[in-house]
Amino acid sequence: MPAPAQRRIIFKHIDEPGYTNDIGCYLRNGGYEVLKKAVTRKPEELIDEVKKSGLRGRGGAGFPCGVKWGLVDRKSGKPIYLIVNADESEPGTFKDRYIMHQDPHQLIEGTMISCFANNVKQAYIYIRGEMPHGARILEKAIAEARAANFVGPNILGTGYSCEIFVHRGAGAYICGEETGLIESLEGKRANPRIKPPYFPAVLGLYQCPTIVNNVETLCHVKYIAEHGGAEYAKIGTPGNTGTRIFCVSGHVQRPGYYEFPAGTITMGQLLNEVCGGPLPGRKFKAVIPGGSSAKILRFGERFKGKRKVGTELVDYDWGVEDVPMDFDSLGMIGTMGGSGGVIVMDDTVNMVEALANINAFYSHESCGQCTPCREGSLWMKKITSRMVHGQARSADAALLKSVADQIPGRTICAFGEACSWPTQSFIAKFGDEFKQYPETKKTAKPAAAVALV
Amino acid sequence: MNLKPETLAKIDEVITHYPTKRSATLPLLHLIQEDVGYLPPDTSEWVAAKLELQPINVLEVITFYPMFRQKPIGRRHIKVCRTLSCALLGGYKTCATFEQEFHTHLGEVSPDGAVTVDFVECLASCGTAPVVMIDDELHEKVDCAKAKQLSDQIKAEAQKR
Repeated sequence: MPAPAQRRIIFKHIDEPGYTNDIGCYLRNGGYEVLKKAVTRKPEELIDEVKKSGLRGRGGAGFPCGVKWGLVDRKSGKPIYLIVNADESEPGTFKDRYIMHQDPHQLIEGTMISCFANNVKQAYIYIRGEMPHGARILEKAIAEARAANFVGPNILGTGYSCEIFVHRGAGAYICGEETGLIESLEGKRANPRIKPPYFPAVLGLYQCPTIVNNVETLCHVKYIAEHGGAEYAKIGTPGNTGTRIFCVSGHVQRPGYYEFPAGTITMGQLLNEVCGGPLPGRKFKAVIPGGSSAKILRFGERFKGKRKVGTELVDYDWGVEDVPMDFDSLGMIGTMGGSGGVIVMDDTVNMVEALANINAFYSHESCGQCTPCREGSLWMKKITSRMVHGQARSADAALLKSVADQIPGRTICAFGEACSWPTQSFIAKFGDEFKQYPETKKTAKPAAAVALV
Repeated sequence: MNLKPETLAKIDEVITHYPTKRSATLPLLHLIQEDVGYLPPDTSEWVAAKLELQPINVLEVITFYPMFRQKPIGRRHIKVCRTLSCALLGGYKTCATFEQEFHTHLGEVSPDGAVTVDFVECLASCGTAPVVMIDDELHEKVDCAKAKQLSDQIKAEAQKR
């Protein structure tokens, strides 16, 4: 079956010739018309539209946005904050970068609609430190929007006021975790908070109710406010509504970003047709489907079980290429859709070395407050680095697994899971390669292999 | 602390963005680092006084975030992405090329003072791997040949100084 056509609703203007990131261009393309209409509606109506849309967060967890908004404590009398999570830092993910650099007003409009719907008077955009241009572009865009009365006091004469400020991170991956981000925005180390009691919806920024939404999610909100939740829910598949942006990197002919109705494209269509297949003379070996912490899939493995189609249970028997790229299908086969970052590895890659690369990332980025994560991520890195650069033992696979198995569920935040899933899944799927590595090291590497660690 | 008047003005302005002064810690550190080039030893004391904190509150932030540095670096800062997608397309060779071109080692100031090369974690541009940031500029698809070309440019600019 041929791949479906792309449907760009969020990336509509990305890479469009002549499209610039200033407000003039945005207004010429119908910009801020949705906000103008939104502020004449009741905030509850807008929240209802988002609930009806079935929109799931695009930052990684896929949590329903309407539910998140529904959890906000509106009776406390404290101000409600909205934070745009623009800390895009899961390796393999690079979609928000293009929204912020090329179409910043789309984000600002989506943010202002979300603020109005939730009676937020102050929003912050937490952008990663490594995007200094992105921060300047957003600051300029906010100033333009303020001058046009779309941001700031008495927006469009409604009496409703809301400010947005840009806040820059400083290179710590953990700031993508919402409570770590909140700590960082309060001027502290980004040590995530324990839940309960610190659910951001109740006790977030400055101990006030806080909504943290991903950049792409807020752009979807703009689309939903424009077209209605019911209309949005018609895009994609039930439970996986709207479009999904896939960021494909690694060993494919055409890496890049591609936007499709959610659940309509399979891994095989995405990699073989859209991305042009493997590099010449190579074969796909493995793929990480949702950012580097997602569990790896091995080409050649099969997934069997029963799944719901409408109201019926039907059998499925999928190879990696057959898996639909939606949250639920990827969850069913033991991995996740996460942030949409698809990392592809071909037959030149040794899995021990690829894992050593990932482990080095997670041990560098552990915030260090929970012992299992701080020590576990470090030892997984030390073991895999030793295997590559020092002496490898066939018992290392079991040792790695024993370390990885002791981390998840024992930490304050999901980083414990994120750092152990790669090791657990690499060993489950490529255990033989780990056991054989002491012998493999003695033989010549494929000519096209590159250093990974 | 000897900061430019415009830095001081920006510092006073940014503090107003937050209901608590402490929130301005990261912005202040960025502004000082942009002005001075690094965070000098009296930074913690100075920022703490400005934001009504204890110096340790600032120092613990400086030491947590990888982008803050307590030592001067070369005139240009070359940050090569080390993480998986870039590594799969030769990021390690790209990094080694910069080190060789400037006769330096990771994290050190090159002998001519021109650059500091760092191997950093994911720069969120995995689709155009391998990527490199030189100061604030992102460079995409930097293979060894492009790394050599960028190095030559930096050297040529250094000659003109």
